[in-house]
Amino acid sequence: MHTLVYDGTFEGLLTAVFEIYERKLYPVKLLKGEWRNSALFEEVIPVVTDETRAGRVLKGLRKKLSAAGVQRLYISHMAEIAGEDCNVLGFIRHAFDSEQNIEEDYANRYVMRLSEILKMVRREKHRMEAFVRFQKLNDGTFYAAIEPDFNVLPLLIKHFKSRYADQKWMIYDIKRNYGLYYDLHDTQFIEMNFDELNRPADVIAAYSEDEGIYQNLWKNYFNSVNIVSRKNTKLHVRHIPKRYWRHLTEKI
Amino acid sequence: MNVDRITEKLNILADAAKYDVSCASSGSNRKNKDKGLGNASNGICHSYTEDGRCVSLLKILLTNHCIFDCAYCVSRKNNDIKRAAFTVQEVVDLTINFYRRNYIEGLFLSSGIFKDADYTMERLVRVAKKLRTEHNFNGYIHLKSIPGASEELMREAGLYADRLSVNLEMPTEAGLKLLAPDKNRQDMIDPMQFLKKEIIQNTEEKKLFKNTPMFAPAGQSTQMIVGATRESDQQVLQSANYFYKNFNLKRVYYSGYVPVLADQRLPALNTAVPLVRENRLYQADWLMRFYGFHVNEIVNNQNPLLDLDIDPKLSWAIRNMQVFPIDINRADLQLILRVPGIGLLSAQKIVAARKFAGLGWEQLKKIGVAINRAKYFITCKSNEFERRDLTGQNIKQFIMAQSQSKYIKNTQTQLNLF
Ligand code: SF4
Repeated sequence: MHTLVYDGTFEGLLTAVFEIYERKLYPVKLLKGEWRNSALFEEVIPVVTDETRAGRVLKGLRKKLSAAGVQRLYISHMAEIAGEDCNVLGFIRHAFDSEQNIEEDYANRYVMRLSEILKMVRREKHRMEAFVRFQKLNDGTFYAAIEPDFNVLPLLIKHFKSRYADQKWMIYDIKRNYGLYYDLHDTQFIEMNFDELNRPADVIAAYSEDEGIYQNLWKNYFNSVNIVSRKNTKLHVRHIPKRYWRHLTEKI
Repeated sequence: MNVDRITEKLNILADAAKYDVSCASSGSNRKNKDKGLGNASNGICHSYTEDGRCVSLLKILLTNHCIFDCAYCVSRKNNDIKRAAFTVQEVVDLTINFYRRNYIEGLFLSSGIFKDADYTMERLVRVAKKLRTEHNFNGYIHLKSIPGASEELMREAGLYADRLSVNLEMPTEAGLKLLAPDKNRQDMIDPMQFLKKEIIQNTEEKKLFKNTPMFAPAGQSTQMIVGATRESDQQVLQSANYFYKNFNLKRVYYSGYVPVLADQRLPALNTAVPLVRENRLYQADWLMRFYGFHVNEIVNNQNPLLDLDIDPKLSWAIRNMQVFPIDINRADLQLILRVPGIGLLSAQKIVAARKFAGLGWEQLKKIGVAINRAKYFITCKSNEFERRDLTGQNIKQFIMAQSQSKYIKNTQTQLNLF
């Protein structure tokens, strides 16, 4: 067993694939993170991300997979789900080792696993599209904090940009500490510094005047549409798991 | 803004609108125009009520004043309740401000009938017009068409709304006569006919002229209340089928009657809402629309009622054991779709994956097939298969005994299908 440690980027992953084929490493274990040579029994090979090598692997993948297939692979990796690197790698190897396009070979465990990962990521993306709750700040920007299970913020750009084209907005992933900001023209990723001068509490002080009014109206609406004689808490919680509640205006 | 007054109106008029179960906001394709606000395409559930229904639209009545006296309706004339009415501007402001905060996909506006049909309809149209033309709002708008409104108003409504609906209310004309003596089934059918014609015409024009304005791009839908009158499921589903076929409806909604009035024509006030029946009707509806079932295969003179214990697909399968078992590695997609325990997605995956290699139980399980149900109806690449000569009744008992908990769960789910 060889253990490869790479930097977590997609290019890094592709470089690792290059090494594996070049040096005929098998079986392998792929880990994300810093390379430490202490306390490890197996041989640990640090992968130094290399754009040329990554580029060659990507070119090869494009021959084996459809454009949508490459895209799906990229998304599965970008989601940063713990412990899935080996499955992503398994998928890539299966693609290279087969004659035909394997994207629909669902009986293969890696193909199946990738389709499961994608399903999870898509569900999280849809949840964010649904559960983002903007709050209007004094300067007219609409601000929302999110804590998605996976890294899906980049997947939200298209939806929010084409929907809220006439208002400034920001969606901030407070778990991964970066956000997406739209300034009426373009979106960009930003990092905020919630230090002494810029605490979340101050953001609250910056709410626009009518923000509280509309939040209350929404809560009222949410309570009025409930039909008590149909109550079904289990179903309710299945649709909106409790971990999302803290950012939902109507559930706070 | 008088916050207290608006809050009170919202409470009254949202409460009165909630019995209309439709909340879909999908099926439109309205793009964001000129960097305006919003778009409408796939429809998102932004929240869920505590009874597990999707909250997608701001669903309110413009007013709950009404000159009619439909027995099943909380807003009926003779009911002693608080009345309220929004102004056009109030509805517009609420919609825009909720939308900007990502609470909703848009507006579903209905109304009690005040004065007459045209007077009411004109106001509904004015809200939609204002949203579209003054606020460049491209989110979803569903307007209720008031039976008896003039064709000009209906046409204008179609220019601004994504979806229009006329509720049939009762599955049969007799049911309607009994509970809503002021209403006339023909008054509901006429606007449906008109809308169908306009929608078809608009589609044709669109092919010729790219700039033809949209007309109700998400089509029309209707709702029937079930359990208020004595119609059988056969009558309900046949009626639904008739309207799907003849009026190109996008959706028929089934609303389990929630008792709101003590009246000898209606079920008693303490009657439970028929949730399981409602769920089975949606499943049957799904079978008709997506699984290629004909309505008579689901309900017929021998089986006028849906089985409440099991879903209608399983129910069909055990009545038609001569069709099974089918070979999963060879059968047509259409036939695979008829196997209990195999849903739309799994069926498509099966057909795609079997090109690579014959599928066995292990692979089917991975693909997402509910083996404990499907196993009675299929063979695959394996020597193991059901060899006993079981009757449909045996299978029903096995499946129910084995998955008791699952079925209980299923009955609580409104739209969790197969
Ligand atoms: S016309 Fe509509 S609002 Fe009026 S009583 Fe009948 S169902 Fe209710």
